[in-house]
Amino acid sequence: MDRLRRTMMFVPGNNPAMMQDAYIYHPDSIMLDLEDSVSMAEKDAARLLVYNALKTIDYGNTEMVVRINPLSTPYGKKDIEAVVKAGVHVIRMPKTETAEEVVEVEREIERVEKELGCVGRTQIMAAIESALGICNAYAIATASKRMMGIALGAEDYCANLKTQRSKGGDELRLARETIVVAARAAGIAALDTVYSNLNDMETFRAEVEFIKTLGFDGKSIINPRQIEVVNEVFAPTQKEIDKALTIIAAIKEAEKKGSGVIAVNGKMVDRPVVIRAERTIELAKASGILKEEDIK
Amino acid sequence: MELQNSYAGTLESGDILVMISPAKNPGLTINLQSTVALQFGRQIRNVIEQTLTEMGVTDATVDATDKGALDCTIRARVTAAAVRATGKDVWAD
Amino acid sequence: MNTIADRNKDIAAAAAKLGKSTYNDSAYKKVPTERKLRQQESPKLATLEEAVRKSGLKDGMTISFHHHFRGGDKVVNMVVDKLAEMGFKDLHLAASSLSDVHAPLITHIKNGVITRISTSGLRGELAKEISHGLMKEPVVFRSHGGRGSAIATGDLHIDVAFLGAPSSDPLGNACGYSRSENAKSICGSLGYALPDARYADKVVIITDDLVPYPNTPNSISERDVDFVVVADSVGDSSKISSGAIRDTKNPRDILLAQQAAKVIINSGYFKDGFSIQTGSGGASLAAVKFLRESMIEKGIVADFALGGITAHMVKLHEEGLIKRLIDVQSFDKVAAESLKSNPMHKEVSANEYASADEPGSAVHYLDIVILSALEVDVNFNVNVLVGSDGIIRGAIGGHPDTAADSALSIIVCPLLRGRIPCVVDEVTTLITPGSSVDVIVTEYGIAVNPGRPELAETLKAAGLNIVDIHDLKNRAAATIGAADPLPFGDKVVGVVMNRDGSVMDVIRNIEE
Repeated sequence: MDRLRRTMMFVPGNNPAMMQDAYIYHPDSIMLDLEDSVSMAEKDAARLLVYNALKTIDYGNTEMVVRINPLSTPYGKKDIEAVVKAGVHVIRMPKTETAEEVVEVEREIERVEKELGCVGRTQIMAAIESALGICNAYAIATASKRMMGIALGAEDYCANLKTQRSKGGDELRLARETIVVAARAAGIAALDTVYSNLNDMETFRAEVEFIKTLGFDGKSIINPRQIEVVNEVFAPTQKEIDKALTIIAAIKEAEKKGSGVIAVNGKMVDRPVVIRAERTIELAKASGILKEEDIK
Repeated sequence: MELQNSYAGTLESGDILVMISPAKNPGLTINLQSTVALQFGRQIRNVIEQTLTEMGVTDATVDATDKGALDCTIRARVTAAAVRATGKDVWAD
Repeated sequence: MNTIADRNKDIAAAAAKLGKSTYNDSAYKKVPTERKLRQQESPKLATLEEAVRKSGLKDGMTISFHHHFRGGDKVVNMVVDKLAEMGFKDLHLAASSLSDVHAPLITHIKNGVITRISTSGLRGELAKEISHGLMKEPVVFRSHGGRGSAIATGDLHIDVAFLGAPSSDPLGNACGYSRSENAKSICGSLGYALPDARYADKVVIITDDLVPYPNTPNSISERDVDFVVVADSVGDSSKISSGAIRDTKNPRDILLAQQAAKVIINSGYFKDGFSIQTGSGGASLAAVKFLRESMIEKGIVADFALGGITAHMVKLHEEGLIKRLIDVQSFDKVAAESLKSNPMHKEVSANEYASADEPGSAVHYLDIVILSALEVDVNFNVNVLVGSDGIIRGAIGGHPDTAADSALSIIVCPLLRGRIPCVVDEVTTLITPGSSVDVIVTEYGIAVNPGRPELAETLKAAGLNIVDIHDLKNRAAATIGAADPLPFGDKVVGVVMNRDGSVMDVIRNIEE
């Protein structure tokens, strides 16, 4: 069972107070940013700040992600060295357009990992933020066995498409569906873009409901206030939970009997149903609706 | 080691502004202003000194204005200021 | 015959028996002056200097003040300046609280005009100087309920009270707002001034709006008032909420507020007819907003909200979610206006609010209180007075009173403020004993007093993140490193009184 990634919270990489506090809001993943939120003059300082924070601050079980600068800039290589050395879980590549870029990043990661003696430790996710990237989504998603997920970066994507973001998000439909399909085909996570108007929680909630329907695992968020909304939307209903619990009980029953066939009410349960049930249970636990002891 | 006047950090809460300049006297001179000086002044000085020593900076004047930064932030800011002052990065080019 | 002349002998005998004189009609003289004009000749009207002289104030006596204008108070400085000018020395200043705006007292302390202070709190420069040992005599700190008791029992005897009031008639019927068109200031409740008005030997009302008799409804009665002084201004109402109150956008405060609200909602006390008080910290105010949503959703109405009343509470009252407001201090202008216009918004004295020895004090009937803290320790003790730099920077307020008497006391406090730990081994100064504190809400988890295991179970079952207070302390220590001990000296600069009149703790001077 892969971990939950309902919320990936962006935190500017040059802000010590925000980096220190990020954990308390319990996003599923924290993304410390070295790219767009850091000015050119502060790239070196932010890199050191992120390095020291990752090494020192207790982020518990939170998945730690760092968005690096592209390798095409003078910063990308150093970013990789610093965050791999600091033991980051996931490197997030911005503005990814081709599988080759992923391979290059992987090569850099591996070079540092070899030095440290921990080859394979660092995962990669790629943000796709252009038409070319969308066209290459599946190739990107499968470019490395380190790939953890792909995400949509809507602002750059819209600019590239010569359009802008609208309330309903029609302009993002193809990109979103492509990303979900590519991610699922590759067996990795699909994460949606940010929504930056904090004063319009209604539209935000509607967008989260929509992307959940599309099949996304979660959403990139820019403020702790957005976390609760996403978690609420992703929380399974009691009916879904009850159904999932019945299936889980059937699995346990089958295990006990040493039988490979799982049945509920005399009907055989298919593998996808089992997977969905497991995910429902994980979501229910993460949402606090279900406790460990309820499952036993 | 040749040093340029350099600084790193900010005056935001939870951060520290570190300025490094060439030493007027041999050794490290650390002038520290801190909102938590009574309880953490000694420790902050230790972190500054240790970080610089590890980087081979033995003679310098350091002016630090601390706004309650944690040790990891102090280490990052001192390193950044020293990298800028010496022109020698801690990461491979 | 039975004319009055015939009865004269009996009248004289009855008078003699009662030890009284007989009525003398020639002593009576009709005053035909129009009554509106006659008020202006009230014998109580005086200048400040006349009032001071007539009050019989002498060196060494105790003068008192209230702090309803908080950061906007003008009365303390005005009166003490005048007393200094008149040559008074060695006075004991007993205020319900003091704040940043009272820094000019430093000069009067240095000049020997003020030699003793009793208060609930100190802030700013004055607090700093006192923490460094400015005064020979330690400042005596009391909670609001404790001060009310001390005044009633005579522990704190007030010779002359100088009480600012936004309106008063010439006879001394005074109020925390004014209904006249000339109203200059408003502070709402005068709750902390009421014990002074009742028990002080002499009471001087200082008002910036002298209104025609009768100034009803009144808060302080003419019966308790000796002099009425008119001043240009008694306070800047816009600064009432500038002190401790902040409406927060800070995500961490919002998180703390959300957690506090969840504690309340799942505590078992959140049911129709409950009562609640909140402190003035950003997080506890924000908690009210979350409670409101839940009250609407569940159809729960509170019987009363108590204490420092805020705009948030007024909103809930006006929406019908809180039946009555019991107001010892209006924390903002909206609350002050509400006291004026809402009939179910009731003013109470400090004693009726929070005194331990007052059977009817409202805190005895309070279900839930949300409070803030500078520091808490692993024994649930709370400090709200002395900063972690050893400098006094707060006020006791009603903290120990409400914590002790409520059914459920919740402290909302971040684990860390920058590098300052707020969960420690032992608080710098003991203000509210841990035995009266039930729950501590931090951004890293919620600690429940081991004396309330059933509460811990209930909250845990509701899915809240219940942690051991020692784990919180350890987390703070691991994050910030070991702190050096503060350089306290040997001089006692403050004495903290418990609400029952016993001595709870002392504050030593901090070296510069």
